[in-house]
Amino acid sequence: MSKKKREAVVLEKCMTGIKGLDEITKGGLPKGRPTLICGSAGCGKTLFAMEFLMRGAMDFGEPGVFMTFEESPDDLAKNFISLGFDLNDMMARGLIATDHVYIERSEIEETGEYDLEGLFIRLGSAIDSVGAKRVVLDTIEALFSGLSNAAIIRAELRRLFHWLKERGVTAVVTGESGDRMLTRYGLEEYVADCVILLDFRIDEQISTRRLRIVKYRGASHGADEYPFLIDEGGLSILPITSLGLDYAVSSERVSTGVPRLDAMLDGKGFYRGSTILASGTAGTGKTSMSATFADAACRRGERCLYFAFEESPNQIIRNMGSIGIDLAQWVKNGLLKFHSARPSLYGLEMHLVTFHKVIDEFKPQVFIIDPISNLSAAGTVSEVKSILTRLIDYLKLKQITTFLTDLTHFGGSLEHTSEEISSLIDTWLLLRDIELKGERNRGLYILKSRGMAHSNQIQEFLLTNRGIDLIDIYTGAGEVLTGSARAAQEAGEKANELMARREAQRRLREQERKRNALETKIAALRAEFDVEAQEVQLIAEEEQIRQTVLAEDRLRMAHLRKGNPSVPRTFGSKKNKKG
Amino acid sequence: MKTVSTTKRKKAKTDAAEEIWNLRLYVAGQTPKSLTAFTNLKKICEEHLAGKYKIEVIDLLKNPQLAKGDQIIALPTLVRKLPEPIKKIIGDLANTERVLVGLDIRPV
Repeated sequence: MSKKKREAVVLEKCMTGIKGLDEITKGGLPKGRPTLICGSAGCGKTLFAMEFLMRGAMDFGEPGVFMTFEESPDDLAKNFISLGFDLNDMMARGLIATDHVYIERSEIEETGEYDLEGLFIRLGSAIDSVGAKRVVLDTIEALFSGLSNAAIIRAELRRLFHWLKERGVTAVVTGESGDRMLTRYGLEEYVADCVILLDFRIDEQISTRRLRIVKYRGASHGADEYPFLIDEGGLSILPITSLGLDYAVSSERVSTGVPRLDAMLDGKGFYRGSTILASGTAGTGKTSMSATFADAACRRGERCLYFAFEESPNQIIRNMGSIGIDLAQWVKNGLLKFHSARPSLYGLEMHLVTFHKVIDEFKPQVFIIDPISNLSAAGTVSEVKSILTRLIDYLKLKQITTFLTDLTHFGGSLEHTSEEISSLIDTWLLLRDIELKGERNRGLYILKSRGMAHSNQIQEFLLTNRGIDLIDIYTGAGEVLTGSARAAQEAGEKANELMARREAQRRLREQERKRNALETKIAALRAEFDVEAQEVQLIAEEEQIRQTVLAEDRLRMAHLRKGNPSVPRTFGSKKNKKG
Repeated sequence: MKTVSTTKRKKAKTDAAEEIWNLRLYVAGQTPKSLTAFTNLKKICEEHLAGKYKIEVIDLLKNPQLAKGDQIIALPTLVRKLPEPIKKIIGDLANTERVLVGLDIRPV
């Protein structure tokens, strides 16, 4: 029975209220147990502890005790007022009690046996004064420098942590990093339940703060190093690496802002929540594409967040005005928000944190980064990829349509992003130069577009004063032509076609003429033939007449001759036959 | 447990103008350590500060808020409030030599 109860206590967690930490720890720090926060000087230990306490008092109704061994409560109050934590106010409201434990070694002489009961009594008294559920000891290691008998201190620390557990308070104990150990005096030995390491690193002059849960007894937790930042809202930790791929997907489509491009994409445009990459060399129209997409989103009444890494917002607005896109109106009515920063301003992790922060604040439906290639100035390829992966996962989770541009370098393969993120991209538009006959023209084609039957055509990409236009490229006669070459080719073709048509007509006419001639000939021949035939007929008739006349003449002759036996031969033969 | 807030004052044998030693012993209840400390302290005072000392015993179990003022962590702690400067001696005061050094008392 009691064992069961104890297990339930073990699993219970105490929400810290620190942004992101509760996600990593899946619910907070172990409730009623001490947690060790260790790290080097200036890594944010005290801030972590203070925020834990402040959030508890402000958001979770859990009063706390801040026992400081280093700074005085006055200094603490001054330090944290800029982070929005008013320690004096909380103390006045009886939600937080502070106790400054100050040990001056030179004032203290040690003679014989002692214990640290005084510390227990002070802590107990402070806990009772506000009914504290949370306790911070910052940093208890000061005991080691203030007192010489380490054996007593260690024994007492063991007792202290046990005592804290018995009191059921959730304690945060800070400790300075040691050489080979997590803390200089091995505090991790006593605080066995949860140990969090804060780290402050500088790579290539860019600093990054990171947090890692070294151990968390009895609970699963994210094991990675999580970047965090300290800003005017306190600590923010990014649990982004813990994102999975199990986000919902939308089959809704959003227009690209270019009707012809929509037509190329199955006639409907991009999927909502998908990731679009427009890559191309300098001057191929990437920013214009982004602005067009942003404009289209705002027209639909969606909120659009535009991260510009190369140009200032005003410059983009001015430049886009020249192609007939008025972004200023959207900025004015709050649908479009620009966020401009130089990539080298701070580290990659900080960029990611900034993305998250601004996204969480603005809640956009469309998110644009122009361009991502500049991020590589702030880190290595693998870091950039990791950051973008996490960012894209996060955006997909939020169903935010993401439009990224990437500057590819001359000479490199076009179908290659400097950040090697092609596999993360759903729709990839390739903008390219087409150089021909002393001209450079822009071409656009869809390298890939997941989940739709997209066009495979290269389109000529025109920037007009009414925005982007796409026109079919000249692809006849085994050539791909653009720009004036295309126009010239088309004009030439037209002329050729005209000529061919005329030629055909001429031939047709000739044929007609020939046929006419032939028919005339035939008619003539026929006429000749007719004449001949008539003549033949005439001759035949004449002959017949002549024969008849001849026969008659002979008959008459015979008749005239009379006695000519031969005359009646015709008759006589008859007679002969009878006879 | 009763609060032991005793003031021991011996008739001044020497010069009345001589300063009074104001000593404060912090304890937490009547633990063996605190009893030992008190015994040791009295002995030392009698030997070296006879008639010009005042011992105040503060039981923090009864008055925990008093621990803050004198920055008490370890118990027992002996605080020399007067003469200035304030000195602290922690432990059961078993090592007389160290107590004398700590209190800045030159052995008679």
